[in-house]
Amino acid sequence: MELDISGFTAVLVTMTGLAIIMGHRLAKLFEDEQHLAPERLSYRVLGVDPAERMGCARYSLALLLSNAAMMALGYVLLRLQGWLPLNEPGNTAQAPDLAFNTAASFITNTNWQAYAGESSLSNATQMTAITFLMFCSATTGVAAAGGFIRALARTSSQDMGNYWVDFMRVLWRVMLPLCFIMALICVWQGIPQTLSSQAVATTLEGARQQIMLGPVASFETIKHIGTNGGGFFNTNAAHPFENPTPLTNVLHILSMLLIPSALTVTFGLMLARKKQGWVFFGTFVVMFIGFLVLVYGAEQAGNPLLARAGADQQQSATQSGGNMEGKELRFGIADTALFITTTTAATTGSVNAMHDSLTPMGGLVPLAQMMLNCVFGGDGTGFINLIQYAILTVFLAGMMIGRTPEFLGKKIEAREIRLVILAVLAHPASILGFTALACLWPDTAASLNNHGPHGFSEVLYAYASGTANNGSAFAGFNASTPFFNTTIGLAMLIGRYFTLLPMLAAAGSLAARKTVTAGPGTFPTATPLFMGLLIFVALAAGGLTFLPALTLGPLVEHLQMLGGHLYP
Amino acid sequence: MRTLNHLNPSPAATAIPGSPLKGLSGPCVRGALFVALLTGMVYPLAITGVAQLLFAYQANGSLIADNQGIVGSGLIGQAFTSPRYFHPRPSATIPGPYNAGASAGSNLGPTNQTLIDNVKQRATAYRQANGLAVNALVPVDAVTASASGLDPHISVANATLQAARVAQARGLAPGSVQQLLVQHTEGRVFGIFGEPRVNVLCLNLALDALKPSIPSMTSCP
Repeated sequence: MELDISGFTAVLVTMTGLAIIMGHRLAKLFEDEQHLAPERLSYRVLGVDPAERMGCARYSLALLLSNAAMMALGYVLLRLQGWLPLNEPGNTAQAPDLAFNTAASFITNTNWQAYAGESSLSNATQMTAITFLMFCSATTGVAAAGGFIRALARTSSQDMGNYWVDFMRVLWRVMLPLCFIMALICVWQGIPQTLSSQAVATTLEGARQQIMLGPVASFETIKHIGTNGGGFFNTNAAHPFENPTPLTNVLHILSMLLIPSALTVTFGLMLARKKQGWVFFGTFVVMFIGFLVLVYGAEQAGNPLLARAGADQQQSATQSGGNMEGKELRFGIADTALFITTTTAATTGSVNAMHDSLTPMGGLVPLAQMMLNCVFGGDGTGFINLIQYAILTVFLAGMMIGRTPEFLGKKIEAREIRLVILAVLAHPASILGFTALACLWPDTAASLNNHGPHGFSEVLYAYASGTANNGSAFAGFNASTPFFNTTIGLAMLIGRYFTLLPMLAAAGSLAARKTVTAGPGTFPTATPLFMGLLIFVALAAGGLTFLPALTLGPLVEHLQMLGGHLYP
Repeated sequence: MRTLNHLNPSPAATAIPGSPLKGLSGPCVRGALFVALLTGMVYPLAITGVAQLLFAYQANGSLIADNQGIVGSGLIGQAFTSPRYFHPRPSATIPGPYNAGASAGSNLGPTNQTLIDNVKQRATAYRQANGLAVNALVPVDAVTASASGLDPHISVANATLQAARVAQARGLAPGSVQQLLVQHTEGRVFGIFGEPRVNVLCLNLALDALKPSIPSMTSCP
C-alpha cells in the first residue's frame, strides 16, 4: 500500500517536472521565427509558403484536408496489403468496412482496433499504414493546440499562424526525436525491433510455439507519446513484447501524459498568464487523482465472487492480491490502476490489462473519463476540451452575477457559446445516440461476450471509446461487423472533428475580438475558486448527461456482484 | 493579389479571390506521401538498424536457444503441465494456452458464470496438485487468466506453494529448489514499481540445468 502510493507520487512528480520542460519547448516552437533545415526541405516538398498567415477557416481547412489525404492513403495501403512486401505470413487485405474503420480510427487518434494486429497485419502495413497514421494524428492534434492557443493570445486579428509550419515543427522537433530516443530505451528493455515477423520455438515440454515479432519498438513509442494507443499485438501493452518490464510501463505512462500536461504550461507562457496555466494543470491533476483512487481501490479490494471460489486476493509481501483476472503479474494492481487511469485520461486507449475483466467500479473509471474527455485528454485535443468547459464555466458564472462573461480578457458572446455548446453536445449525442441505436439493432446480442449489465457496458464502452477518440475496449465485444465498423467509425469522426473544428472556430472569433481590461465585475479565472468551479461544471455537465447510462451498466453490475448474481 | 488574379484564367479563382481552399489540395496530397515516407519507412527502418546494432538480443525477441534450437523467449510464457516443472498462470489464448501467435485475455466480466466456474475448477486442481487443504485459499494469480495469455511470471506466493511438489517430482531436496526460487525472484524496479515475480521459463531452465546428466548451456541472461 505505502509502496503503491510512493509509486503514484513518483510518477506525478516526474510528470510535473517533464511538463515544465516540455511546456517551454512547445512554447518556443510555436513562437519561433526560424525554420530548421529539415523543415525548410519539407515546405519545399509540399510546395507551401511558410510565411503565409492563415485565418481560422484556412487553418482548419488545411488541417481537415491534409487529414483526409492521409486517411485516404492509409486506407489504400490497408487495402493493398496483399501486394505489399514484408508479408511473410501472407495476410490478406482488410475488407472495405474494416479498412475504413481502421483508417478513421488512426487518423482521429482513436486507435480503436476491430482486428488483431499480430495475426492480420503485415510488418509493411504496421509501419507504412499504422505507424504513419499515428504520427499524423498526434502531430495534427498538437499543431491544432498551437493554433488554438495562438488565437487566444491574439487581439483584433484574423491570424492563427500557419498550419504547415506548426505541423512540420511538431513533427521534426518533438515527435521524431523523442520517439527515436524512447524507442531505443524500449528495445534495451526487451521490446523487439526487427523486420522478421516470427520465430518458432520448441518448448521445454516439446510443444511448438510460434512467437510473433516485428518493428514493435518504433510503433510503441509513437503510440504513447502521440497518445494514440493502438496495439501492435492483439492484447496491446499487456503483451510482454509491448511492455516487458515495470520500467517500460512507467515510461509508457509518462509518455502518454507528457504533451497533454505540458500544453497547460505552454498555454500559460504564450498568453503570459502562467497562473492560469497552472490552474488548468491543477484541474487535470485533481480529477486524475480522484479517478486513480477509485480504480485502485476497487481493483485491490477485488471481486468477492472470486474469493468465494477459492482465490486469495489479500495483498502481501509475496503477492499483489486483488482482482488479477485479465492483468499481468509484473504490473500487479497498482501499476495497472495507474495505467488504466492514464490511458483513458490522456485518451490514448492502449491497455496493459483487459478492461472487460475489471470490477464494475474499476470499469466505471475508464468509462467516466472518456465521457468527460477533459482529464488531460489526448495530444492537443484534451486541452481544447478543457477550454471548452472553461468557457462554459465563465458563462455560467457570468449568468449568476448578471454580467457579460469574460475569459482571458475577451468578452464571450453568443457566437462562442453556440460553438461551445455544439462541441459539448456532439460528444454525448454521439455516445448515447449510437448506444441506443445499437441496443435496438437485432444483431448486437451476438457481439456480446458478457451478458446482463456488463453486456450493456460493453456497447456503451465501445461508443464512448470511439467518440472520445480513446480506442481502448471492453475487448470481449466483437465489433468487427459491418454495423459496428461503420457506426463506431462515424462516432470517431464526429468525436474528433465536431469538437475540434467548433473550438477552432470559437478561438478564431475570439482572436478577432478586442481585449478588454479586467474591471471590478470581471470573474477572475486564475484562482483555486475557479478551479473548483471548473471541476464542478465538468463533473456536473458530464455526470448528469451520462449518469443514467452508467447506472444501467457498472452501477447495477456492482450491486449484482455484491449480491452474488451471475450471468451465463 | 487581386490585381494578379484577373490574369488567372480560372473563373473560380477570380470569382472568390480569397477562397480559403485555394492551393490546398496539392500540399495535402504531397504532405500525406511525404509524411508516410518519413514516418512509415525512414523512421522505423532507422530504428531497426540502430537497435539491431546496439541491442541485437532484445531486438530479435530475447530468444533463448540451446544446441537443439530455440526453446522460447525470456519474455514470453509457455505452457507447463508436468509436475517436474513450475506451472505458469492460466492462459486464455485460443486454441490452446500460451499461443504466442495470437495473444488474448479471457475478457470475462466480474459477474460472468464462466469466470467463477473456471476459478473454482482451477483452485481445486491447484490444491490437488500441490497437496493443499481442500478449503485453502489459492494465490489469485494461480487461478486467474492473464491479460496477454502470455504472462511469463508468477507471484512469489504461487511459486513457493509449488516448490515442494517440484522438489518431490525431481527427487531434489526442498531446500535446493527453494534456493533456486529465491535466486530467480525479481524485485521491484527502483524499489517501488511493479511486483516481485518469478519468471517461470527461466526458473524451469535452471531446474533442468541442476541435473548434471543432461548438460545444458541454456539459461536466461
